[in-house]
Amino acid sequence: MDVTLNHYLVLSAMLFAIGTAGVFLRRNVITLLLSIEIMLNAVNLTFVAAGRHFAAVDGQVIVFFVMTVAAAEAAVGLAIVIALFRHRESLNPEAFTSLKW
Amino acid sequence: MAFETIGFYVLAALAIIASVGVIGQRNPIYSVMSLIGSFGALAGLYILLDSPFTAVTQIIVYAGAIMVLFLFVVMLLNVPREDAAEWDRSHPLNRPGARRFGAVLAVFLLLELGWAVWHASTREAVALNTVSAGGVSSVAAIGRSIFTDYSFQFEATSILILVAMVGAVVLARKEPQ
Repeated sequence: MDVTLNHYLVLSAMLFAIGTAGVFLRRNVITLLLSIEIMLNAVNLTFVAAGRHFAAVDGQVIVFFVMTVAAAEAAVGLAIVIALFRHRESLNPEAFTSLKW
Repeated sequence: MAFETIGFYVLAALAIIASVGVIGQRNPIYSVMSLIGSFGALAGLYILLDSPFTAVTQIIVYAGAIMVLFLFVVMLLNVPREDAAEWDRSHPLNRPGARRFGAVLAVFLLLELGWAVWHASTREAVALNTVSAGGVSSVAAIGRSIFTDYSFQFEATSILILVAMVGAVVLARKEPQ
């Protein structure tokens, strides 16, 4: 049995589901950001598999842009985590319910 | 079984196990390490998909740069382990009504998932095209596409990176007393 596009799409869906579950289950802002990275990677896998299927390089070009955006998101997200930790001495999202203090 | 098939299943299993490890750990450092393993498995899958450029970028940018940033922050903050008992009691979703509603939704979701998988398995699978060398695997073709068709988006991402850099410095700065 050969590997088909369906295999890659199912794997991508499973990784995306794991990432979503992580966002809902974990009580730690850094693990939340890691779960978002898992979801971004699941989407990247879909882009590369579809790009190969349609014999187009556009899939890989978009993955390149997704990686750039992920790097920017990680930098800003971690800066926010550092600022929050400085104020609250905690990484539990429940501690960050007010917008201003 | 072909080499590609074995490789796909091994790497897919590795990616899923490592991703479950990310959300299954209480210690964030182990989560970050597990995610690096997941990225490695995905890079292998990209190579199976004839995309060596994306595989190398995945290793250098994701496993190399972004994960080092995460590890740096985890160690800088000396992150405490998650306390399970604390949030089990205080969490707003931990109420009888919310639990019943969630159980009903989960049953619906499982039914939907079963229907989708059954539907997909009865249809004919779409085989991946075999692309000759110089098709999607060519770095030159990717570069040409980025700097011609996607040149505006490329410049826009450079501004995005600049803004993110300035924003990160401003956000993480210590406020003057």
